[in-house]
Amino acid sequence: MRTVDLATQTVRDLNQALHDQAKQCTETEWEVLNPKGQHNLAVGLDQKLKVDIKGHAGYYCGGMNKEADIVVHGSAGQGVAENMMSGSVRVKGNASSSAGATSIGGLLVIEGDAGSRCGISMKGSDIVVTGNVGHMSCFMGQAGTLVVCGDAGDALGDSLYEVHIYVKGEVKSLGADCIAKEMRDEHIEELSEVLKRAGVDEDPHAFKRYGSARQLYNFKVDNASAY
Amino acid sequence: MCGIVGLYLKNESLESQLGQLFVPMLIAMTERGPDSAGFAIYGDEVADDSVKLTLRHEDENYDWAGLAKRLETAFSTKVDWFQNSKVAVLKLMADADDAIAYLHENAHDVMVMSAGKSIEILKEVGLPENIVEMFKLGQMKGSHIIGHTRMATESAVTMAGSHPFSTGMDLCLVHNGSLSNHNRLRAELKREGIHFDTDNDTEVAAGYMTYRLQQGDSLNQALEHALQDLDGFYTFTIGTKNGFAVVRDPIACKPAVIAETDDYVAMASEYQALTTLPGIENAKVWEPEPATIYVWERGDK
Repeated sequence: MRTVDLATQTVRDLNQALHDQAKQCTETEWEVLNPKGQHNLAVGLDQKLKVDIKGHAGYYCGGMNKEADIVVHGSAGQGVAENMMSGSVRVKGNASSSAGATSIGGLLVIEGDAGSRCGISMKGSDIVVTGNVGHMSCFMGQAGTLVVCGDAGDALGDSLYEVHIYVKGEVKSLGADCIAKEMRDEHIEELSEVLKRAGVDEDPHAFKRYGSARQLYNFKVDNASAY
Repeated sequence: MCGIVGLYLKNESLESQLGQLFVPMLIAMTERGPDSAGFAIYGDEVADDSVKLTLRHEDENYDWAGLAKRLETAFSTKVDWFQNSKVAVLKLMADADDAIAYLHENAHDVMVMSAGKSIEILKEVGLPENIVEMFKLGQMKGSHIIGHTRMATESAVTMAGSHPFSTGMDLCLVHNGSLSNHNRLRAELKREGIHFDTDNDTEVAAGYMTYRLQQGDSLNQALEHALQDLDGFYTFTIGTKNGFAVVRDPIACKPAVIAETDDYVAMASEYQALTTLPGIENAKVWEPEPATIYVWERGDK
């Protein structure tokens, strides 16, 4: 295992060393000490690495991640795992706003609460939040699943496309064009699989499903000629 | 972009270290605000019949002793005072409004930065580390402090445009964000008799708070009204005689993080500013909810 201590090395040193592994993989297990809320930790990885960040992370931690499994042993700032392609990011504490924004693939697990706009414009990833999510979560979400084991804030799933949203607790309000939907067998199966992959022990039958009513302008074939 | 930091001590034995604990917090927010910095520190409280004024003059060699003498004669009282860079803190047995009126009349080139029993507002243009050094913040004592590092967007980089802004007796405000309805609101508040020195948007928020409190609002009510009437992006931290309050706009784009232990409550724009606090590893750290008012205050001693 290789240790990078950010008390003595810079974030740029860390990221460069991790990026070098994309060309030639010489070390798969990494430990990052003294992150102290610094931004851009372990971004743009492109290799099957295991990275443990021992403390709180700042903004955009694990952004653009491809293949790596990143664990933050603390809380994370805005935009954790933004635009993730594959692999996984796990946050042991809370995450700030825009967690998993625009993420295309991979698994994001937040073991605490996530702030506002969790999964905004997500495009295919799976996001599991053990606690609550803030307002405007999954805004314009296009594909993937958002699983919330606690409560969701205002305007959940506003202007939603095709993300499957599962919430166990209360939803303060639904956003424009987002509706509660029937939980069919295929959804129980999908949710069970995501929960299992996330290592979260919850009964899938306790969740409600929300999705797009597909009534907004962009869903109307009559408007196709405008493009 | 701007940075906000605040530190409220629950454990009174730490009061002698307030400045020392706060210095790295303010400097950590340099990336968010390198053009000016300021802070409002609370402590060294004067008696009920007295007032503490923080005054500033452009000339570092201004005759503060002379001004103190004139005030002593005018108010037939002793004036305790000390100078800190371009600022002087005066303590005298007088009504605050009377003392400020006297200064406006007889020392119009002196700017009143703050007035109250406990508050001192110190701010200047420059890098946070230079401002900290200029005012010897590391040696200061007190019960709580809020600070700001500025990256100007809505108005000029000047001392007057930097934060905190005084909003009344022992009250002040720091702001990260930008207000979009400040011009109209400023015009309305001027009609209600609120005075403005700059074109700054935050000064309007401060003036708004002053107005609401004059109307008899409690701090909580004033902030509830602010959530209705202020349009734009903001995280505010409001310093009061006994503590501080934090409020974010309903969209909550501007960051804020709060940390609490048995010894203190600390807030900052980013967690980076909290990492030097003792016991932060085990602190409860969370993000304040949008459109929610958080207040930490101790009872009057």
